[in-house]
Amino acid sequence: MTFNASALIADFPILSRTIRDGKRLVYLDSGATSQKPAEVIEAESNFYRRHNAAVHRGAHQLAEEATDAYEGARSIVADFLRAEVNEVIFTKSATESLNLVAYAMGNAQAGNRFHLTSGDEIVVTEMEHHANLIPWQQLAARTGATLKWFEVTPEGRLDLSDIDSIITPKTKVVALTHQSNVLGTINPLPEIVKRAHAVGAYVVLDACQSVPHMPINVKELKVDFLTFSGHKAVGPTGVGVLWGREELLNELPPFLTGGSMIENVTMTSATWAQAPKRFEAGVPNMAQAVGLGAALTYLKRIGMDQIFAHEKELTKYGMSALLEIPDLSIVGPTDLEMRGGTLSFTVGDIHPHDLGQFLDSQGIAVRTGHHCAWPLTRKLGVPATTRASFYLYNTTADVDALVDGIKSAQKYFG
Amino acid sequence: MQLDNLYQEVILDHYKNPQHKKLSPTYDAQVHHINPSCGDEITLNVTLSGQTVADVSWDGVGCSISQASVSILSDLVLGKTLAQAQEISDSFMGLMQSKGTQTGDENLLEDAVALAGVSQYPARIKCALLGWMAFKDASVQALAKNM
Repeated sequence: MTFNASALIADFPILSRTIRDGKRLVYLDSGATSQKPAEVIEAESNFYRRHNAAVHRGAHQLAEEATDAYEGARSIVADFLRAEVNEVIFTKSATESLNLVAYAMGNAQAGNRFHLTSGDEIVVTEMEHHANLIPWQQLAARTGATLKWFEVTPEGRLDLSDIDSIITPKTKVVALTHQSNVLGTINPLPEIVKRAHAVGAYVVLDACQSVPHMPINVKELKVDFLTFSGHKAVGPTGVGVLWGREELLNELPPFLTGGSMIENVTMTSATWAQAPKRFEAGVPNMAQAVGLGAALTYLKRIGMDQIFAHEKELTKYGMSALLEIPDLSIVGPTDLEMRGGTLSFTVGDIHPHDLGQFLDSQGIAVRTGHHCAWPLTRKLGVPATTRASFYLYNTTADVDALVDGIKSAQKYFG
Repeated sequence: MQLDNLYQEVILDHYKNPQHKKLSPTYDAQVHHINPSCGDEITLNVTLSGQTVADVSWDGVGCSISQASVSILSDLVLGKTLAQAQEISDSFMGLMQSKGTQTGDENLLEDAVALAGVSQYPARIKCALLGWMAFKDASVQALAKNM
């Protein structure tokens, strides 16, 4: 099948609406959340229309159908990540997934492989989204472990020059993003994973900005845990995924406790089910998980290789068009190797909020601010940036609209 | 264009030529307020003479709305009593929450009525209020200090 973004637009009902007095919607904010194809919306609502019942419970047909649909979605996720089905945990968000790992490690008692003490170190990077920084910052504060981090170079790459002094035999966890939500930078995982594993540390990967945009094979990435959110991958809100290596998951203590996650319960004690159930207390977000299954099925049909290639072309086109605008500076790598379809920039003295507001008046949706990565924008010396992020349904016409919009804003605020 | 309701000339003038944007060396209270969702920051100094606002000065980074709003506020409250400043502030809050249904009391709010359009853009109201919240905080602290 030949990839044709213009043809895909018809799959996404929201992209045919107009905004701000009849303007065509130019949606360049998929880094925040993606739009949904009709088949995802239908899969989610169809679950409520036809199959709704509490999964893993109930001796009736609806409960069977709901369980089949929910577990079917788990298989789809596993297949999408090239993972084993028991390694896929549904959460409510990637933020919850990351907190799950951090809190569960914090719950590990002495003798457990994840037990942390004041002698241990946790390594993050300066380009982390708050969701992959604060849980570790707080875990360090609770356990007395030391938080360390890789700095970011002015070009927007991780500075790995002192990797051996940052990841040391004391390191217990290395938590980092696969692709920066601000800079678009794709991080060099092999070098980091190799060093982490050499010292016996676990690697937790925030893949929110990579799973929706490129082929992912967890076995090839060789990380220990990986998280992503459904809503950034043309799926519903309210569902995230935590993937972890099965032998690790079955040694990791639970985070949330309650129904479904137990093996045996008395009035004074409880034992835990094996993964994935151990980490899915309570009736889960069933319709959303089913919707995510439909989303990943959709993406797989389009082809992740094709989506990645399409976004790379758009990024190349967008980068050169943006760099021709006077006073515009790209915040992030300007070379196209190891970078995804996220372009953050500043435009002279025009504050990103004002630029974003002006672009909105033209029908163009972008993100402005620090993008939940405040330490990063501080490091780069910009109070805020404007971010355009691409996805499978964006075209060069969207990029052209953005460029025209920025030029008009320069006249308006000039 | 509807956007012109938001970006009135008065606002862009204050943005380009902000008033009282130089922190005074002395003050009764200094506050630092941040808008956590967008990163706008402001430091604001207040000096009182009895119940009167003797000096207001500030420094900050942010969008045109937040910066123009604090510039306008500084002009407005300087030389006023705290009671008058409170009345102005209450009136401005009401205007910001009016969802575009009010134009503002020009006798009381002067240049601040130019910010009326902000009330139609819910995401920007916090920008317009940043400096006003800082002033409120600083004046309470200054009053407490002088008591």
